[in-house]
Amino acid sequence: MGKYIEMIRIRFLMMLAYRTNYYSGILIYSINIGAYYFLWNAIYGEKSSIEGMSALQMTSYVAIAWMARAFYFNNIDREIAQEIKEGKVAVELIRPYNYLLMKTMQGLGEGIFRLSFFSVPGMVIVALIFPIAFSAHPATWLMFAVSLVFSFLINMQINLLTGILTFFFYNNTGLIRAKRVVIDLFSGLLLPISFFPGWAQQIMNYLPFQGISYVPSMIFTEGFTKPEIVHAVLLQVVWVLILLLPIQIIWLIARKQLVVQGG
Amino acid sequence: MENMIEVKDLRKEFKSHSSRSGLKGAFRDLFTRQYKVVPAVNDISFTVKQGEMVGYIGENGAGKSTSIKMLTGILTPTSGIVRVNGMDPHKEREQFVRSIGVVFGQRSQLWWDIAVQESFRLLKKVYNVPDAEYKRHMNHVIESLDIAPLLDKPVRKLSLGQRMRCELAAALLHNPPLLFLDEPTIGLDVLVKLKIREFLKEMNEKYNTTVLLTTHDLSDIEALCERVVMLDEGKIIYDGQLDSLRSNWGEGKQIEFQFADTEVDKRALQPLLAEFDGVWTQGDRENVWIANVLNEEQVISEVIGRVVAAHKITDLKVHEISIEDIIRNIYEEGVTNG
Repeated sequence: MGKYIEMIRIRFLMMLAYRTNYYSGILIYSINIGAYYFLWNAIYGEKSSIEGMSALQMTSYVAIAWMARAFYFNNIDREIAQEIKEGKVAVELIRPYNYLLMKTMQGLGEGIFRLSFFSVPGMVIVALIFPIAFSAHPATWLMFAVSLVFSFLINMQINLLTGILTFFFYNNTGLIRAKRVVIDLFSGLLLPISFFPGWAQQIMNYLPFQGISYVPSMIFTEGFTKPEIVHAVLLQVVWVLILLLPIQIIWLIARKQLVVQGG
Repeated sequence: MENMIEVKDLRKEFKSHSSRSGLKGAFRDLFTRQYKVVPAVNDISFTVKQGEMVGYIGENGAGKSTSIKMLTGILTPTSGIVRVNGMDPHKEREQFVRSIGVVFGQRSQLWWDIAVQESFRLLKKVYNVPDAEYKRHMNHVIESLDIAPLLDKPVRKLSLGQRMRCELAAALLHNPPLLFLDEPTIGLDVLVKLKIREFLKEMNEKYNTTVLLTTHDLSDIEALCERVVMLDEGKIIYDGQLDSLRSNWGEGKQIEFQFADTEVDKRALQPLLAEFDGVWTQGDRENVWIANVLNEEQVISEVIGRVVAAHKITDLKVHEISIEDIIRNIYEEGVTNG
């Protein structure tokens, strides 16, 4: 286990090595939060609530959704694709560790780095500029933290899945981009799931994406009732377990017919 | 002695699709593709004993890298048996890779953006090397490879020679009994090459480390290996002592003359070698001709005497036929005359 924890530390160091990325990230996220804040304010106008959410809840939702994204979002899929394309995955396979678990740990290292140096200070600044409602219940914070861990796991698993598909498609930049758009839209980052038309909500109930952003954000803004919270987090757990299966299967097939590209 | 590597009838086939020609062909390719099965490694068998240093050579595409990848558990063999260090590399991968070290000359296995010592620290954790053991072994490695001043630099800031020495140290961090080196000296200068060779020899003597080395630089092989395994088109065409290669195919000497006179040609020179069964070949510069003759004192002095008496020369060199020439000959002519 020590090696996996060490990997988190290494990723931390790597994040520190690229400071420009860090600063530009702050800029991009503030622009996004600002833009959505003004957009939603314009939509709400004089109305006090839409689809059961008040304007204040909405701004909190937008802010927390983006800050949570800083934690769960990573480019591990692109990294895996690149390692496969350049044949670097060969080097990873001569190491006595589980490649996919190691990648997950790298993602976690990246997430913890951004959470502590980016999301938390960012949230303080955002709270100073825009009105945001923070919950006073420790239980809400706890459930938010728990569901955030699962949202990281679900997103990570989807990333691993997209990444290792490169073994079969050789070049799957398109798939990676499509996945990113699908996640941003269907996870509830851009628009809370309750704002979608009924039939779309029905479909999305059968997809893992809302576990990524909608669930933690709704818990944070107290948009869910208690039984709803329990139900939503359990659904996250179920999805984490379900997604393990295709990853393992595809990984085994890939290892069997692996072609290391580039000699 | 125990066998470190046992390979029997090892085979790896790749499916490659051949594109049909023309636009019509490209459309047909969309629906059905023609596949051709190409054997990259074609039923090879060999064994390597513990403590041996073996040179694994062959032209580009001869199947060296593919077979090394099967020996290290990266690729699954199509058929055949591989036992390395008593294990099946592919099936028992995580257990197996603890017992090997690998250096790929063309790819880095250190983490690009962080200091070398951080990579070492991670690898130490990955291989579960105890502190005392690490200190004892790595201090020695760091000293012999002279990399102490490089440890706090990120890998991307190192020169190729510096990086290669660090890669080697990283591969030996857990002191594996078996070391695979895939073109470790590619693009390195002479001094670094010498240092790496010396170091490998020392490791081999000290820990009885088994080394399998592939390279295109035959001087590496000459300096390190007693035995060579030669591959061509996926098959082993020679497996034996390096010395016997030289005695079987490299009996002659080459005498290189640079003539002052520009009009010397093969016709004028041929009679000078008349009864010695020698051959003239043109050198790589103008007016340079090489006499390939038997390695006998009498013949050599007689040929030099005759040539110098007949033509004015500006330079004269006597070479032993190099391993490189021998190997080129083997590839061109096959092993039949052995």
